[in-house]
Amino acid sequence: MGFTLAEKVWNNHIVHHEDGSPDLLYIDLHLVNEVTSPQAFEGLRNAGRMVRRPELTLAMEDHNVPTSGLDKPIDDPISALQVQTLRRNCAEFGVELFKMGGEEQGIVHVVGPQLGLTQPGMTIVCGDSHTSTHGAFGALAFGIGTSEAEHVLATQTLPAAPFKTMAVNIEGELPPGTSSKDVILALIAQIGTGGGQGYVLEYRGSAVEKMSMEARMTMCNMSIEAGARAGLISPDRTTLDYLKGRLKSPQGEAWDEAEALWLSLSTDPDATFDAEVTLDAGSIAPYVTWGTNPGQGIPITGSIPSPKDFEDERERKAAERALSYMGLEAGMAMKSVPVDTVFLGSCTNGRIEDLRTAAGVLNGRRIKPGMRMLVVPGSMKVKAQAEAEGLDQVFADAGAEWRFAGCSMCLGMNPDQVGPGERCASTSNRNFEGRQGLGSRTHLVSPAVAAATAIRGTISTPADLN
Amino acid sequence: MQKFTTHTGTGIPLRRNNIDTDQIIPSRFLKRVSRSGFEDALFAEWRKDPDFILNTAPYSGGSILVAGTDFGIGSSREHAVWGLLDYGIRVVVSARFADIFRGNSGKAGLLTVQVSEDDVDRLWDLLDREPQTDLLVDLSSQTITTPESVIKFDVDPYVKWRLEMGYDDISLTEQHADRIEAYERRRPGFLPDCRFQSA
Ligand code: SF4
Repeated sequence: MGFTLAEKVWNNHIVHHEDGSPDLLYIDLHLVNEVTSPQAFEGLRNAGRMVRRPELTLAMEDHNVPTSGLDKPIDDPISALQVQTLRRNCAEFGVELFKMGGEEQGIVHVVGPQLGLTQPGMTIVCGDSHTSTHGAFGALAFGIGTSEAEHVLATQTLPAAPFKTMAVNIEGELPPGTSSKDVILALIAQIGTGGGQGYVLEYRGSAVEKMSMEARMTMCNMSIEAGARAGLISPDRTTLDYLKGRLKSPQGEAWDEAEALWLSLSTDPDATFDAEVTLDAGSIAPYVTWGTNPGQGIPITGSIPSPKDFEDERERKAAERALSYMGLEAGMAMKSVPVDTVFLGSCTNGRIEDLRTAAGVLNGRRIKPGMRMLVVPGSMKVKAQAEAEGLDQVFADAGAEWRFAGCSMCLGMNPDQVGPGERCASTSNRNFEGRQGLGSRTHLVSPAVAAATAIRGTISTPADLN
Repeated sequence: MQKFTTHTGTGIPLRRNNIDTDQIIPSRFLKRVSRSGFEDALFAEWRKDPDFILNTAPYSGGSILVAGTDFGIGSSREHAVWGLLDYGIRVVVSARFADIFRGNSGKAGLLTVQVSEDDVDRLWDLLDREPQTDLLVDLSSQTITTPESVIKFDVDPYVKWRLEMGYDDISLTEQHADRIEAYERRRPGFLPDCRFQSA
């Protein structure tokens, strides 16, 4: 019997297997940020350990850095200390660090792929749950805790518990105006925030084959919102075309060797999955969340559900709480919901294609008076590219703020926050209570919906603008 | 990691069920950059109450926390375990633990001892009546000995072995150093590194 992509990558990385204990896996790339790493480095220091392979480790200032006024010191002393601590740790342990404002800086999940550091068949970990993004390349990529990060720093390996596999088949043609963000929101609405628990998801099918690498990254990014351990996609022509010529991609003969290996990783025809779910791409509409977890989403043409619609007692309670937190009435048309703030950015939708889509909608238009729209490129390279294409001007002319790269309003650890009771249409990935700031209300949307909503002031699609 | 074989200390009867990690260590302490020094953060909100058990002698100097069912639920923050250890707690006794908390404890050298709800009740009564009572926790025989009784407990054999040897995951993995080196020799040469000129 054959193997799935995830199983092949796993098997290729087993350093040691022993019945009764977890497999010891080799880690090809370890990404580090300022928020979850300080204790891991301190642990090394206390035990007198070194970083085993500093050259397989990359550190990034992304979570709490400001996205404006980079010439001034960070206002919040605690954030400043976390950034300084990372700088000191990287200098001491010989780890490469991209500092805020630097040419290659950005959200680590945006930067890895654009440098060619993320390649098919690799194992990639980071003290951040959205590490699943890198699965778009056919890498096995997952988030880890602080002790595990220390373990990887010290040994470049990780003891890992076995997983189950789930095929997510997405067949057919996505309707115009929809994107992979809508697919993943629809999937989570269908299987729930715990639906992927214990599984590695493999996205397959004709709709996935047609997606760009950036669209695939958006989908893999949110695998974690379905409770999955990771999500991935078989490497194909699209993957190879994206990787060819990137700074860290193999060159010459090494490329040929790599290409042969990468293409051999696809799930074997006779491999079996532990579970399977199928989505009809043709029936997917733009999705918007109404509640306080990513599974509480509906098509944009729908209305806010009533708690009475839920049979399960716990879900009914959850819906009641969510509606009251979100300040919404059951039965309201989703498109009638007024919004104060629009956030375009994050490791989910902060890439150049996302910015192009939004700029295409905003071009020649103004956002609604009183609306605040923040455009935060996922990386400094994305920022430079957008500026070369004149997108920054489109955003500025429309009345949006053009910022430096970082996580920004996705989690509101820096000054970019949504105020108490304010409502935000956000291209990010989590709509938990208080995620974007104390008392903030978040609706997760695609870049196209974000842009149209900024113009009309209520949840909208580009088609509503005509 | 500190070895764990036996431990004798004062028991702290914490008569609450469903103690979540937000209570064990409130989120504002997660902004810290150190892994030590969380003793002030442990149960920080509850300790504002002068009658809270940890503010009461002799329990304030205790090292064996006897808590209600479902201890450690909620957020996966490892800081919860660090807070307990930094305060001086070596053992938590409960009728049931949250999975992630239990896993994190095993990594850091905190012993989680699972006993029946009846045994927890008996321990609470004893500690209320005789606050000075020392409890003896012995990992190899998997028992808690009090002046009144000997209580058996369960522990995962793999975790037990690690605690007895004082092995953390890292030192265990380090024993496979030759295997790691062998693996590194087989890694394809085309794999990327993170060295950049212009960082
Ligand atoms: S953009 Fe948001 S989800 Fe992505 S890494 Fe940053 S904080 Fe996490």
